Amino acid sequence: MATEILMPALSPTMEEGTLAKWLVKEGDTVNSGDIMAEIETDKATMEFEAVDEGIVGKILIAEGTEAVKVNTPIAILVEEGEDASALPAAAPAAAADTEAAPAAVEAPAPVAAAPAAPVVDLSPDWPADAKMKSETVREALRDAMAEEMRSDEDVYLMGEEVAEYQGAYKISQGLLDEFGSKRVIDTPITEHGFAGIAVGSAFGGLKPIVEFMTFNFAMQAIDHIINSAAKTLYMSGGQMGCPIVFRGPNGAAARVAAQHSQDYAAWYMQIPGLKVVMPYSAADAKGLLKSAIRDPNPVIFLENEILYGRSFDVPQVDDLTVPLGKARIWREGSDVTIVSFGIGMQYALEAADKLAEDGISAEVIDLRTIRPMDTGAIINSVMKTNRLVTVEEGWPQGSVGSYISSVVMQEAFDYLDAPVINCTGKDVPMPYAANLEKLALITTDEVIAAVKQVTYR
Amino acid sequence: MAARKTTKKPNVSAEELTTYYREMLLIRRFEEKAGQLYGMGLIGGFCHLYIGQEAVVVGLEAAAKEGDKRITSYRDHGHMLACGMDPGGVMAELTGREGGLSKGKGGSMHMFSKEKHFYGGHGIVGAQVPLGAGLAFADKYKGNGGVTFTYFGDGAANQGQVYEAFNMAALWDLPVVFVIENNQYAMGTSQERSTSTKDIYVRGEAFGIPGEIVNGMDVLAVKEAGEKAVAHCRAGKGPYILEIKTYRYRGHSMSDPAKYRTREEVQKVREQSDPIEHVRELLLSGKHASEDDLKAIDKEIKEIVNQAAEFSKESPEPSVEELWTDIYA
Repeated sequence: MATEILMPALSPTMEEGTLAKWLVKEGDTVNSGDIMAEIETDKATMEFEAVDEGIVGKILIAEGTEAVKVNTPIAILVEEGEDASALPAAAPAAAADTEAAPAAVEAPAPVAAAPAAPVVDLSPDWPADAKMKSETVREALRDAMAEEMRSDEDVYLMGEEVAEYQGAYKISQGLLDEFGSKRVIDTPITEHGFAGIAVGSAFGGLKPIVEFMTFNFAMQAIDHIINSAAKTLYMSGGQMGCPIVFRGPNGAAARVAAQHSQDYAAWYMQIPGLKVVMPYSAADAKGLLKSAIRDPNPVIFLENEILYGRSFDVPQVDDLTVPLGKARIWREGSDVTIVSFGIGMQYALEAADKLAEDGISAEVIDLRTIRPMDTGAIINSVMKTNRLVTVEEGWPQGSVGSYISSVVMQEAFDYLDAPVINCTGKDVPMPYAANLEKLALITTDEVIAAVKQVTYR
Repeated sequence: MAARKTTKKPNVSAEELTTYYREMLLIRRFEEKAGQLYGMGLIGGFCHLYIGQEAVVVGLEAAAKEGDKRITSYRDHGHMLACGMDPGGVMAELTGREGGLSKGKGGSMHMFSKEKHFYGGHGIVGAQVPLGAGLAFADKYKGNGGVTFTYFGDGAANQGQVYEAFNMAALWDLPVVFVIENNQYAMGTSQERSTSTKDIYVRGEAFGIPGEIVNGMDVLAVKEAGEKAVAHCRAGKGPYILEIKTYRYRGHSMSDPAKYRTREEVQKVREQSDPIEHVRELLLSGKHASEDDLKAIDKEIKEIVNQAAEFSKESPEPSVEELWTDIYA
C-alpha cells in the first residue's frame, strides 16, 4: 500500500519550510531512520528521516521548493512490486491529511471559571474558655514540631544546625534528644541539594520539615521549591503530591543588611501549588505550623527572627490547630480596615492603639495565611469601614498589598470611599547603618499617616 | 564509543535475550512513531527521543526488583516504557490528551507513575539528581530495602546540585544508583567542549562513591553492571555511579539543526554499535531465534505502537475543568 510522506513540522513553531535537498531518488529503498531530505526552516537546516520502510515511488515536491506548508505530501512510498506511475497526483496542500492535528482554528475553548471567593469563616480557633499560658513564638514553633513528630513517624526535620547545635535560632531545641538523629538531621550547607533531597523524600512518602537558616538562603533552593515541589501534583495529573513544610526566619532581623533582610511573602504568594503562611502570634505560629505539617501540599512557613522571643497567650488545649487560609480579626473597628501579617501586625496594632486616642476606630485583620488568601474577610471588613490600608515589610512593586488592592478594587469598588494605601518597606536594598535601616523599614507613624489620609483627617 | 564486547560468549538464556530485544525494539518503534506524530503536528512543544540509548534502561530495568524506584530527565519515554508503563498512556500524554498519564497536563517531559515507581520526567536539567537521592533517603528511612535509579546525562553532570547530592548521598549512605547516561552531547555541546575530565564517574571518587564505565550499547554489559551497583546499594554501602557510554541518534529535541556532529559519525555508530542489532545478532547466531521469529516480534511491536498512536489520536483533549484541578491535594 502506498504511503504519503508529508512535509514535517521540525520545531514547535514551524508552519512552512524549504525542501532544500532530496537525499533519496525515485526507486531507492529506504529503511526506518534513513535520512530522506534536508528541510530548511527559519531557524536551521534539519534532516528528515524515514519512519516507514519502502521504496520511493514518487517525489512530489522538487528540491529547492520554498514555502512548503507543513503536512503537504512531498513523496510517496510504495511497497515492493507496487507501480508508482499509476499513483494519482498529490492532493493539494490544503487538503491536509485526516490525521492532522486537532483543528487549531476551532472557536476558543470556554474558559473555566476561577473558584469563587471563600466564604468568610468567623468561628473561633479555640474555645473561649481555654486556659491560656504565656509562651514565646520560639517555644510554640518547637512544640508544634514535637507534637506532630510524636504523632506521625513520617515527619522529620532537616536543615543546617537543627540537631546538635539545637537550631541556629534555637527553634529545634531539644528535638534531637527526643527524636534522635534519624529524624532530626543536620545537613551540610547546601540549600539547593537538601531542598531537592527533602522534596524527593516527600515524593517517596515522607513528610519533611525543612528549616532554612533564613529564607534569604532559600533562593539557592527556589528551583526545587517551585519547579519540583509546587508543580508536580499538577504535572502528574494529580498522582504525585508533595507534603512538605519549608520554614525559617524571613524578612529583616536587625542590622544584617541587604542579603539577609528580604521579605519573600510576595514572591511565594505568586505560585499556584504552594501555600504560604506568615504568623504573628505564638498561638497562631503553633496552630498554623501543626496544620502546615499535616497539609498534603508544600507549605512555605515564613517566621520572623524579631518575633521569636516575643511572648503571647497560647491556649492550653490538646492538639491546637489553626486552619490555613483563614484570617483573624485582632481588633474590631468601624472607620478603617488595616490588613497585615507577620511582623507587620506589630505596626498595625500599635497604630490602631494610637489612632483610637484620636477617635479613629481601626479594624485590624491578620491574614496569617497569604496563599490561599482569605480575601472574603478583607472585603467583608471593607464593606463596613469603606477604607483600607495594608501593612507589610516587603518592597512595594508587586507587593502583597498591591494584590489585595486589586482584589478589593475589582470586588468591592463601590464600597471604597478612598484609594487603598499600601504601606511597605522602602524600595531599596536593606542598608546596614542603623539610621538608614530604620528609614528603610515600615513604621507605626507611616501606618498612622496612611490611615489619616484615607479617613481624610 | 567503547568497542562492543562481542568476543565474550554471553551466559544468557534465549528468553532473556528475546525480552531485551522486544523491550528495546518497543522503545525504538515508539520513538520513531513519536517523531512521526511530531512531524504531523500532533505532538507539540519539546520532544526528546531516546533512539540509540535503549540498552541503558532495558539493561538496568533487568537489574531492578519490584519496589525499586526510578527518576530521570526530560528524555524519559524509554524509561517509562521499560518500567512497564502503558505505551498508549505515554503517547496520549505526548499528544496532550485526556488519556495521557498526566491527563494531558504534563506532556513529554513530565510524566509519573506511582504504580510503577516512576517519579518523572523532570524538565530542569539536573534537578532529578537530588530528588532521586531524596527517594533513596525515604527508602532508607523506612528501611524497605529499595534502591533508586537516578538517571542524568553528561550535560546535567555539570550542574552544581549533582555534587551537592553526591555529597549527602555518600555522607548518609543512601541506596541510590547514579546513572550517567553519557550520550556525549549536552544538547549541541560535545563532552570534550563542556567537561574537564574524559570520564565523569571519576568525580564520584572525591566523595568516596565508587563507580565504573559501562558500554551502553551492550544491554548485557549494562545489566551486569546494574546488578553489581544494586547489590552495593542493597548491602547498605551507599551510592554507586554507573557512567554508561551511549549515543543518541536523533537530535537533542525535534528542532535540532544537527550541525555539531557529522552525519558519518552518527551513521558509524548505527552501523557498528547499534544495541538492538547486537541482541538480534546474538539471538540469530546462538540459534535462539530464527529470522521469522524476530519478524513476528517486529510485527507484534509495530502493532502495539500503532495502537498506542491510534489511542493518542482518538483520546479527547482534556475537559476544560481540568485547568483547575490537581493544583492542591
